[in-house]
Amino acid sequence: MTEPVLALTGISRSFGALRANDDISLTLRAGEIHALIGPNGAGKSTLIQQIAGALKPDRGRITFLGRDITGLSTASRARLGLARTFQISALAMEHTVLQNAVLGALGYSGRVFRFFRPVMDDPALVEPARAALARTGLADLAHQRTGALSHGQRRQLEVAIALTLEPRAFLMDEPMAGMGADGSRMLTDFLRTLSRDAPILLVEHDMDAVFALADRISVLDYGRVIATGSVDEIRAHPEVRRAYLGGEGVG
Amino acid sequence: MIAERWLNAALYLALLAVPLAAWALDEPFVITLATKIAILAIAGVGLNLALGLGGLVSLGHAAFFGIGGYAMGILASHAQSYTPLMQSPFLIEGTKSMPVIWLVAIVVSAAAALVIGALSLRTTGVYFIMVTLAFGQMLFFFAISWPAYGGEDGLSIYVRNGFPGLNTLDPIQFFAIAFVILSLVLILVSRLSRSAFGLALDGARQNVARAETVGINPFRVRLVAFTISGAITGLAGALFADLNRFVSPSMFSWQTSGEIMIFVILGGVARLYGPLAGAMLFILLEHFLGGISEFWHIYLGLVLLGVVLFARGGLIGTLSRAAAPHD
Ligand SMILES: Nc1ncnc2c1ncn2[C@@H]1O[C@H](COP(=O)(O)OP(=O)(O)O)[C@@H](O)[C@H]1O
Ligand SMILES: [Mg+2]
Repeated sequence: MTEPVLALTGISRSFGALRANDDISLTLRAGEIHALIGPNGAGKSTLIQQIAGALKPDRGRITFLGRDITGLSTASRARLGLARTFQISALAMEHTVLQNAVLGALGYSGRVFRFFRPVMDDPALVEPARAALARTGLADLAHQRTGALSHGQRRQLEVAIALTLEPRAFLMDEPMAGMGADGSRMLTDFLRTLSRDAPILLVEHDMDAVFALADRISVLDYGRVIATGSVDEIRAHPEVRRAYLGGEGVG
Repeated sequence: MIAERWLNAALYLALLAVPLAAWALDEPFVITLATKIAILAIAGVGLNLALGLGGLVSLGHAAFFGIGGYAMGILASHAQSYTPLMQSPFLIEGTKSMPVIWLVAIVVSAAAALVIGALSLRTTGVYFIMVTLAFGQMLFFFAISWPAYGGEDGLSIYVRNGFPGLNTLDPIQFFAIAFVILSLVLILVSRLSRSAFGLALDGARQNVARAETVGINPFRVRLVAFTISGAITGLAGALFADLNRFVSPSMFSWQTSGEIMIFVILGGVARLYGPLAGAMLFILLEHFLGGISEFWHIYLGLVLLGVVLFARGGLIGTLSRAAAPHD
């Protein structure tokens, strides 16, 4: 078996007395969608933040593309192609949609310190940005102010920006949140296509989407991974049913 | 936004036309007022790069204004007393040449901004305001207690410094210098704000997590912006000192920082021509209200309060919106 794209070993992180992440190890393999599920407060966002570099782990190691990235800044990780989308959209709201995408291409290019040439006339940045907007269905809104976008369109833009990083892995924190049934279904199909670009570590509450998409699922509860396995294994797992799927009678 | 462009053009042309008319009518005082507006606008444009585009609320820009002023004062005072600044390890003489003074003012204030920025940009929000204020105050007290260059009394320069081919003592010619420099600074900042650097700086202001997540190091981008901003304000300080032929520690005072910030807020934060509009309004208020009442700052305070509460885009934002109801 080839080396995983992303590997976490023994990640722990506490907030005061609260162990938000407790000795978490998991991998993201090439080509897969690995879903991370668990009740609210289980520690999913905390884990994503540590992978992205926004939060330092107390213990443990993160390797990406065979490289130890535990000590790297968020920005350096992004330039390696680790593309994150936020649970709550984080966008430059005063900029146009296209400017947000160009910002992504610019950051990834690493050539920020250019002072005179108008950035929106630079085809090396604008073309990949437009391509990313086209793929996410935002081409017609390129010149719209980002603050004027609907919730769903903002989520699409998050993905478009991630695409400008020539991603080698996606980290997605609840991309379906607030999308509505139609939106979720469309995004489910889209994420399946996207996983051909790069593997996706997907935090998601929408269980229909998770069961439809995931190659593997890890279940987090009170900061610990209580199970990892295929969709069928997780559905059948007694501890998972008790801790998370509850009495809802899944399946 | 078309309306804003026309408004900018009108302000710019007014700044040019009024002193030309005053020159024709032989009213040198009006020319000097216009020169003061141009110079203070340069300082404001410098601050606006950090404050408007970068979101860096510096209450310490007097540091750079003062450094520019003292660069002029020190170089010119040595030149007028025919004593070198230093003799060992190598000789540095004073100078009365404006271009040399400007260069020194730019380099020294940029270096100071680099150091102050590197220390203060580790903080954000109110802490950043306080740290920049503290650095400004440090320089203020340093200038007061530095007897070699006048201490509290400041330094007088008897004859305005020279510019090759011009008579800088002629008010209209000195105005022309200030006006051309303001124009160049406006072009520079306009290009910067549309460049890759400007997009990154503005993006980091609007959402720092977003900027980091696409691979931008916000600290570095902000530090470069703060340095350029300080250098522009330093250049304005050198010109201001030359306008008055006098430098004093008050150039370093927190009131100076506050006034530069007032130009920006009055005119419109992040609007390219905002500081010009703000400096115009400020100087006109100072001139007319200052003639009526010693307490004109109270009226200024009321105007400022009105802008902050009711006209967030400042003068430029409000007037251009009024002219173009569809935004
Ligand atoms: N910055 C923080 N400071 C203190 N507690 C936090 C912080 N971030 C998260 N937590 C706590 O850590 C736990 C895990 O949170 P989170 O990772 O957001 O859960 P999830 O995304 O799975 O819903 C929660 O109890 C939350 O309250
Ligand atoms: Mg969460």
